[in-house]
Amino acid sequence: MLRIPCPICGLRDETEFSYGGDASVKRPAMAETDPKAWMDYVFYRGNPRGRHLEYWHHVQGCRQWLVVERDTVSHVISGCRLAREVSP
Amino acid sequence: MSRYSAWSILAQGLRGNRGWRRAWREPDPKSAYDVVIVGGGGHGLATAYYLAKEHGLRNVAVVEKGWLGGGNTGRNTTIVRSNYMIEGNTRFYERSLKLWEGLSRDLNFNVMFSQRGQYTLSHSPAQMDAARRRANVMRANGIDAELLDREAVARHLPYVDTSASARFPVHGAVLQRRAGTARHDAVAWGFARGADRLGVDIIQQCEVVGFLHDGDRVVGVDTTRGPIRAGKVGIAVAGHTGHLAAKAGLRLPIETHLLQAFVSEPLKPMVDTVIAFGGAHFYISQSDKGGLVFGGDLDGYNSYAQRGGLPVVAHTMASAKALIPSISRLKVLRHWAGAMDMTMDGSPIIARTPIEGLYLNGGWCYGGFKATPASGWCFAWTIAKDAPHEDNAAFTLDRFERGVQIDEKGAGPYPQAH
Repeated sequence: MLRIPCPICGLRDETEFSYGGDASVKRPAMAETDPKAWMDYVFYRGNPRGRHLEYWHHVQGCRQWLVVERDTVSHVISGCRLAREVSP
Repeated sequence: MSRYSAWSILAQGLRGNRGWRRAWREPDPKSAYDVVIVGGGGHGLATAYYLAKEHGLRNVAVVEKGWLGGGNTGRNTTIVRSNYMIEGNTRFYERSLKLWEGLSRDLNFNVMFSQRGQYTLSHSPAQMDAARRRANVMRANGIDAELLDREAVARHLPYVDTSASARFPVHGAVLQRRAGTARHDAVAWGFARGADRLGVDIIQQCEVVGFLHDGDRVVGVDTTRGPIRAGKVGIAVAGHTGHLAAKAGLRLPIETHLLQAFVSEPLKPMVDTVIAFGGAHFYISQSDKGGLVFGGDLDGYNSYAQRGGLPVVAHTMASAKALIPSISRLKVLRHWAGAMDMTMDGSPIIARTPIEGLYLNGGWCYGGFKATPASGWCFAWTIAKDAPHEDNAAFTLDRFERGVQIDEKGAGPYPQAH
C-alpha cells in the first residue's frame, strides 16, 4: 500500500487516489503544428527506473491533482505538491 | 547431446539416473557474434532457437543478467490462448497457438502444453453481445470459438457461481477449446536446450550495461563480462525494455507496471480448464501440482519493483470468491509480481528500431507468455531478413506516429488501462 502525503488531507492510503501518469510530459502549445511534438506528448515516456514525477488525483479526498515524486524501484515517496502550484 | 525419449528414461532408470548430462553448455562469451540477443527469457531464447533453426544463423549469443527464465517467463500465470479480434493480433496469436501445438515435439522437450480450454465469462447482456461478436470474428479468422449460454457454463463449470444471486450473474461464455496452459520454466529450458544444440552460446550472469556504437550504428553490447561485438543486436527484455533502450538513446511508447500472481495450497483436481472472469479482471487455472494459479489487474502505477501492493491482493481475492465461492477458505501459498512493459495501445512491438543494427522485441503488456514461440519466430525472421514477416508487420514502432495503433481494448494511450 502506497501512502501519499496529501498537502491538504495529510497521509492517506493509495486507494483514495487515482493515478494520472507521468507528470514530466508537457502539453505543447495549442498553436504547435509539428506532429512529432504531439506524438511525444501523447505516446512517448521516459519510464525511468528510479525517481519518477507522477500525477495522482485525490478523488476520494480533497479532489485536488497532486504531483508526487516517487521511486519506481523502492516506492519511497520523497515529495508531494499540489499540481497547480508546480510550474508546468 | 542425446535426444530425450521414453527409451532414454528407461535406460537411465536402469543405470541409476547417473548418466544425464547438462541440457546446455556454459560457454564464456566470445569477442564477437553475428547476432547477440539480450534477455534469456522465453522470447530471447526462442529467437535464438529460430535464428539457428529457420535461418541458419548459428554464430549467435543470448546474454542474460540473471538466470534463464528468471524474469517474466517464470512469473506469469502460464495461460495460452488466441482469442483476439483486431487485425494484426489475430494471425499473430493464432500462429503462436499453432507453434505451441507442435512445440514439445519440435524441441524434444516436454513443455507440458495442455489444451484444457479457456472460458471467458460474460455477466451482462452487453457483455454477451460483445462475446458473440468476438466469437464470430475469431471464427471468421479460422480460430476456434464457441458461444455458451448460462446453462452450458453451469454444466461445464459446476463450481462457478452461476446463480441469479451471484454478485456478477453469469450470462454465458466464449469457449476456446484449443487454449490451455504450459509449464513456463520448461518453455525457457526447452528453447535453451534447442538453441544450444544448434550452436547458440547462452551466457548467464552477464548484464548488458551499454551499447557499442560505430557512428550511428549499434555494433555490440558492453556487458559485466566485457564488450561483445555483434553484427546485429536484438533486445528481448520485456519489463525492462524502456530502461535498456534508454541506454541506446531510444525513447519508447512504453511504461513499466506491476502485475501480481498468486498460487494457493494444492487441491485435488477441481478447475480442469482456464477461466477468465468478466465481472472484474481475474483469471484462474489449476497447476499439475494442484495449486490454483490466479491473477488480476495491474497495480496501476509505474514500477520496476517486482512486488505488489495489498489493495490488488484484496481485490483479486474478492474476485476469486465471487467467481468460485467454495475456495473462500483456501490458503494462498505464494504471491509475487512481475514488471510489465505496458505499451500505449496494449499491443507488442517486434520491429527494427530507428537505430541501425538494433532490433526490438518488447511491449508485451501482460500477454507475453502465450506469444513466446511466435514472438521468437517472428523476431528471428525480422532480424535475419531485416524486414518483418507478415504476421508481425503490424507490430512496428512507428505505428503510433502513423496513427495505426492496435488497441484491442479500445482504452486509448493509458498504459495502466490496457
